[in-house]
Order: sequence, then structure tokens, then C-alpha cells
Amino acid sequence: MTTLIAQQILLGLLLGGLYGLAAAGLSLVFGVLKVLDVAHGELIMLGGYGAFWLFDLLHVDPFASLLLVIPGALLLGALLYAVLFGFVVRAGEETRIKNSLLVGFGLALALHALAVRMWTADDRSITTSYGGAVISVGSLTIPVIRLASLAVALALIAGLHVLLTRWRWGKAIRATAEDWQAALLTGIDVRRAYLLAFAIGTALAGAAGTLVSVGYSISPSMGLEWTLKALIVVVLAGLGSMLGTFVAGLFVGVAEAVSAAIFGGPYREVVGLVIFVVVLVLRPRGLFGR
Amino acid sequence: MLEIQDLHAAYGDSPALAGVTLSVRPGEIVALLGPNGAGKSTLLGCIAGLVRPRAGAVRWEGQDLRALSPHLIVERGLAMVPEGRRLFGSMSVEDNLELGAFCARGRAASRESLERVFALFPVLRARRREIVRSLSGGQQQMVAVGRALMASPRLLMLDEPSLGIAPQLVRAILDALAEINRAGVAIFLVEQNVRAALTLAHRAYILEGGRVVGEGGGTELLHDAHVRRAYLGPLAVRE
Repeated sequence: MTTLIAQQILLGLLLGGLYGLAAAGLSLVFGVLKVLDVAHGELIMLGGYGAFWLFDLLHVDPFASLLLVIPGALLLGALLYAVLFGFVVRAGEETRIKNSLLVGFGLALALHALAVRMWTADDRSITTSYGGAVISVGSLTIPVIRLASLAVALALIAGLHVLLTRWRWGKAIRATAEDWQAALLTGIDVRRAYLLAFAIGTALAGAAGTLVSVGYSISPSMGLEWTLKALIVVVLAGLGSMLGTFVAGLFVGVAEAVSAAIFGGPYREVVGLVIFVVVLVLRPRGLFGR
Repeated sequence: MLEIQDLHAAYGDSPALAGVTLSVRPGEIVALLGPNGAGKSTLLGCIAGLVRPRAGAVRWEGQDLRALSPHLIVERGLAMVPEGRRLFGSMSVEDNLELGAFCARGRAASRESLERVFALFPVLRARRREIVRSLSGGQQQMVAVGRALMASPRLLMLDEPSLGIAPQLVRAILDALAEINRAGVAIFLVEQNVRAALTLAHRAYILEGGRVVGEGGGTELLHDAHVRRAYLGPLAVRE
């Protein structure tokens, strides 16, 4: 029993790293633009199919494909901001959330339909030659691919942290998140900070999707589930700390795995929602929130 | 260099400015006085580009500022210290100052500007790595003034810089403004501390109900009967 639980905790950690990565993008967009991008899960899905295509058609290794998926997702994010979300942020802050939900749901539906059309509704995953490799530590079995995915996710979060604390525009993005009017008066082009934040958020989604497609599986209908997971993690972590968001992702992953091991599979989905409600009641600004 | 002509502004149906005309000339310190709700902050908002006026003109060296986004107005050499400081509280003193020099104009001279700010407020050099939120109100106001200076402005606008600050630090801030002005930066100051503002300012305008109701030299207004009754009376009694 202990071995089983330990193994589940391990798998939970590995999956939780992807939750953290998925949530970081959502958190960045929400924190800076003050819009809730409910199509975030669909952007993750697109990232997954991007890697799937690169692997299937061009035989690009999924980890190497990150070097193409991430810039591609950056551009997609910039495009989506230019044609959709750039109009949403022109509204006052109260109407922004409502409008962003409408735009986000519309985008989610459109991307879902597009994915069914292009890749059919089947589950897909990338099977590499090293896909079955495992590392055994005592009685624990660690799938190499998922371990590598966790490492990549952590590296991306660390990179994001450096970007936001060292880069000129990274600081401008944080300043905009804190007080956009003060940022404007300081001479920051706030619209450009919004664009960059949305593009970076989309890039993180694309990277998360790639990692999901290799260690797990992707399908056109995965979007809502991932948006929900990311949202739970964002609520748990609070806004303002990307490393905190990553830790919260790990926590949700472990909580899911443990509850599934103890209470049975169906409870995996319940635990996240319980966390969601408990955090909103007890600590609405989240564990690491400003 | 700054000319405001017949400016009208409103929030919804309630008018905030009803035809304001005033000007700031190069190298001047101009104070703007008036009771709460007179429209002082609205006027600064119109100049900085945060509030869209209904009618009238805001001209800076002959160019109309009304169509420009606030960050482009900063680029033209007008920087503002907003009411309540509005610093980036979770970031360090250094980061706040660095962000002040975000525009191309500020960035070109950021090193000299930083030295200038540290020379004005030596305490900021010592606390440069600290998170702004951990500083006292007066020190935060120094950061706010410093952040605006980092943009290398030719006109510095300040909205109530002495609000909620210990009296000895108010002195330090006002002295710093005089020093900044000696270096050639014009200053447009909204201030509740009327006596201090009039002592510092070359000229002052009095704004009431969205209109300019008085104008004069700083010391001249200090002895004006209406000003003394309306603005200095209660203060004088307290003193």
C-alpha cells in the first residue's frame, strides 16, 4: 500500500509540473490583462497538435519541437491579441472579465471544431523510441519521458521568472500588472505590455501542450479540462508568483493522485474542485498571492 | 511651454473642469490651489493623457497633447508624480527608478538621472535594493519623485506630494523640488499645504468649481485677502 501511494505521489508530481506550466500562462494573462482566457486549454491543445504534426510529418523529436512550437505559439498569441483580446482590454476593468469570457468561449469552440476537422476527434499521442524507458529507484518506477517533461517545465518556469525580473519589458509587464495607470504615467506602453504578456502566456500553453502530447495524450476536447486545471492552480497559488504557481501545480497533481489511490479513480477530478472551493473560502488571494 | 486653453472635462454628467485657461513657462514653479473637488487632479489627468477633455486645448510647445497616449506624453518630457504615489510596491527601489526611465528619452540619460536622484535623496541609495512597500511614506514619496525624474522631464507635475507624510520629510521633498527647479525643470504643483506651496512657487492659480478664480505671484497670493481667508485661515489658527 505504501509503495502504491508513493508511486502515485511520484506520478502526481510529474503530472503536476505540467499543471504548473499550464497555469503559469493563464496566471500571467489574468494578472496582467485582467482578462480570463477560457480558451487557454485550447491553446494547450494546439501546442500538442503542433508537436504531433511535427513528429508525424517531419519526424521531429517532441522535445526538439519545443524550439518550433514556442516561437509559433508566441506569434499565434500576438495574432490573437491583435484580432481579439486587444479589443477586450479597451473596455473598463468591470466589463473586461465578462467580455473576455464571451471571446474566450467563442475562441474555444472555434479551436475545438478546427481541431476535430484537422485531426479527427481521436486521442493522439507521440510515441518515441525512448517512450517506454523507465528508471527504477527502489520499488518506484519513474517514466523517463515524464521526468524529462517535468524538468523542461521547471526550466521554462525558471526562464519565465528570469524574464519577468531581469528583462526591461518583463519589469514593465509586472508594473502593468500591479498598476496599469501608474505604468502609463511612468512611460510604459501598456498595450505593448499586454501584447507581450498574452504572447508569452500562449507560448507557455504551447509548451505545456507539447509536453502533454508526449507523456500523455491529446484530443480536441481536452481544452476545457486543462483550462479548469489551470484555473484551480491559479486560484490556489494566487497571482504574482510564477514559482508559486508551479509549486501549486505540483500540489494539485499530488492531491489528485493520492485521492485517486485512496478513494478510487473518479475522485481524481473531485479533489481539484474541493481545493478550488476551500481556497476561495479560506484564503481568496491564494497561497502565494500578493 | 505648457498652455491650457478653455479646457472642459466631465465625469459622466458632472462637470469637473469648466473652461480652464492657464500656462506654465520654462523654468517656472507654478502652484495650483483649490479646495477638494475643484478639479485639480482632473486637470493634471488631462495634461498627462489619462483623462480625455470634452473641449479646449492642451498644448505643449505648440503641439496638441490631447490625442496622445500617456506614455507618449512622458516621451515628450512631461512626467507626473500621481496622487498617492502609485509606486510598484512589490518591486525594489531600483526597479521603480529604472522603470521611470523606460521611455527612450529617459533611457538615454538613465545613468546620470540615477545619480541625480541619489544625490537629491541619499537615503534611496542606501535602500536601493529594498522593496518599496517596506519604506516609510516619506521615503516612498522620494521614490515617486525620483521615478518621475528618471524620465528626464522638462516639466514635472506633482499631485499632492506632501499628503500623508511626516512634516520633516515634507520639508525635504519641497527642498528637493526647489533643487530640481534650479536645474532647469519647470514644476507644476498641486498642493494642499498652501503656505508651503506659495512660498515655493513663482506663480499660482486658484481653481474653484472647475474654474480659475485667481492668479498671481506666490508671495502676492500669500497676502491676498481671499486666499488668506479661504486657505490659510484654518491653518493659521492651527499654527
